[in-house]
Amino acid sequence: MSDISSIPDRPRTLAEKVWDDHLVVKGENGQPDLIYIDLHLVHEVTSPQAFDGLRAEGRPVRRLDLTIATEDHNTPTIDIDKPIADLTSRTQIETLRRNAADFGVRLHSLGDMEQGIVHVVGPQLGLTMPGITVVCGDSHTSTHGAFGAMAFGIGTSEVEHVLATQTLPLKPFKTMAITVEGDLKPGVTAKDIILAVIAKIGTGGGQGYVLEYRGSAIRSLSMEGRMTICNMSIEAGARAGMVAPDETTFAYLEGRPHAPKGQDWDDAVAYWRTLPTDEGAVFDAEVFIDANELEPFVTWGTNPGQGVSLSDVIPTPADIADDNERAAAERALQYMDLQPGTPMKQIPVDAVFMGSCTNSRIEDLRAFASIIKGRKKADGVRVMVVPGSARVRLEAEAEGIDLIVKDFGAEWRFAGCSMCLGMNPDQLAPGERCASTSNRNFEGRQGKGGRTHLVSPLVAAATAIRGTLSSPSDLDAADAQLETTGAEA
Amino acid sequence: MEKFTTHTGVAAPLKRSNVDTDQIIPAVFLKRVTKTGFEDALFHGWRQDPEFVLNQDPYRAASVLVAGADFGTGSSREHAVWALRDYGFKVVLSPRFADIFRGNSGKQGLVTGVISEDDAQRFWAAIDAQPGVEMTVDLVTRTATLGDFTAAFDIDDYTRWRLLEGLDDIGLTLRNEDRIAQFEARREAWRPRTTPVS
Ligand code: SF4
Repeated sequence: MSDISSIPDRPRTLAEKVWDDHLVVKGENGQPDLIYIDLHLVHEVTSPQAFDGLRAEGRPVRRLDLTIATEDHNTPTIDIDKPIADLTSRTQIETLRRNAADFGVRLHSLGDMEQGIVHVVGPQLGLTMPGITVVCGDSHTSTHGAFGAMAFGIGTSEVEHVLATQTLPLKPFKTMAITVEGDLKPGVTAKDIILAVIAKIGTGGGQGYVLEYRGSAIRSLSMEGRMTICNMSIEAGARAGMVAPDETTFAYLEGRPHAPKGQDWDDAVAYWRTLPTDEGAVFDAEVFIDANELEPFVTWGTNPGQGVSLSDVIPTPADIADDNERAAAERALQYMDLQPGTPMKQIPVDAVFMGSCTNSRIEDLRAFASIIKGRKKADGVRVMVVPGSARVRLEAEAEGIDLIVKDFGAEWRFAGCSMCLGMNPDQLAPGERCASTSNRNFEGRQGKGGRTHLVSPLVAAATAIRGTLSSPSDLDAADAQLETTGAEA
Repeated sequence: MEKFTTHTGVAAPLKRSNVDTDQIIPAVFLKRVTKTGFEDALFHGWRQDPEFVLNQDPYRAASVLVAGADFGTGSSREHAVWALRDYGFKVVLSPRFADIFRGNSGKQGLVTGVISEDDAQRFWAAIDAQPGVEMTVDLVTRTATLGDFTAAFDIDDYTRWRLLEGLDDIGLTLRNEDRIAQFEARREAWRPRTTPVS
């Protein structure tokens, strides 16, 4: 967009192109660049002090038309018409409502059609699009990179900075290519790809980088799948994750409420087609993953890098060479109450959580429903299904997914972050073990003393049926066995 | 942010090292939704003790804190700076600061000057000899003066310049407002707008 003369003629990566196109001031002598922000998403947890800061300095929001807010982290997922019992939660939400009213920010409150997890709402409205910059006071803003946007989480002072100036002073990020080539086996999903990537490069492996996911396995994913992958870039320590826009991206966007229309659409698509990384562009680092080899993946520890294939066993810390990692593994197994060598599939769970900005879009719910349809959940397992947004919830209900979920014996909830972090009452009890489609298995993340295994929606569904960590293929085997037994009788 | 050139105010001795941000402001206060009004939270644990320095009459109105080494370590919470500022502190002197705390301070107009261990001891002794004595902190010359004793302090050039000019990060960015406006004038029509569509 900026004047052509400033665009370098060397081959550039997708990330570099988006960066260059948002340069307001090029930083000199080690000073940061000033980068323009196209879209600022706001929620109740990280915005109060930012608005308070504006108020103290008498500053307005510079671009209300590039700012949108929703309530998600603290919202209840049942009895949404009743006052919120927890005082902190209620205060945060009421504060956002007051700030939005005072400053004129568009807000989607609990009960509104467009309310939901901030990272589900942006794409669903068609606000998230290729070649833009997106920020939010939330680390999982990386989700929006699935469209070929540069999207990253920021702190509260930066939220204030963007509200006041619509820009951020930033030093350029390094770039890393993550190439996933090949065909995924049936039952292997985007979630399994990203869990495998994190297990490979480690929770700090992406530090300072923008990850660009490339290769045939990425190209073949839906937008929902790409969002799942970019969402968890932050779990590898990266600033952002990106996927180059293509026909899948354009098809997803076209016709959405805020997607460009008419001539604007044609202009946009023409520009978006120029965004993919140029032939010969150089990344600062490269990682390769063979998609053919991947299996359903599940975590056994207390960080997202501590994962193995579902058909594997819990690793033995004594075998880990690195001192820090060994100590971390020992601590994790103690917290998780697991023994080395135990097959993952023998681990029983108390709860299954189907939701979060990683896996709560309509496609995720469809995948989950396709497995549980016509079955009953395992006795004693609590299963909670939480759509990412009110609109996703309605869409799912129109398809009858709510009935499938209820017949299965699971709870069908209203939209929000819910048990991803348990800021609302949706929490694990101490010692409870959960198969969760969310993104963080940190100690106590889903409730004090709670134990989390990160899984895909398909694994979540199979686990809910069997009561132990399972993949859909285990169900087929069990069904076949049932049939044989039936024939014998 | 107000410009800072010199400041004269009561100096309080905080004879402890490794004052982490949890001690400056305990985590329970992070639930608040405002950016101001944290004066009661400052050193909350310690202030329950009547012997604590800020509970002594001459120091209640202190605005310069002379602390031991490694001030502001631990969690990156910006609230630590807000609490010091809201209490009325304009300057903290210490032989060593944690980086993030120091960065946060610069953004909020709180001067953090690095002095030598010896000078910290000297200031403490001088304050003890004359509780409630005022100190003058001069950012132009980077010196702190108490009675007839003057010590030099360190602060990086960029932060000093911003404090002298009274520029917070936002103020600094808004110096480029014309460039931002020019950029906005060039933005294509297809870029997203959150204005409701009918
Ligand atoms: S769903 Fe979880 S990870 Fe996503 S924004 Fe909400 S709390 Fe954060």
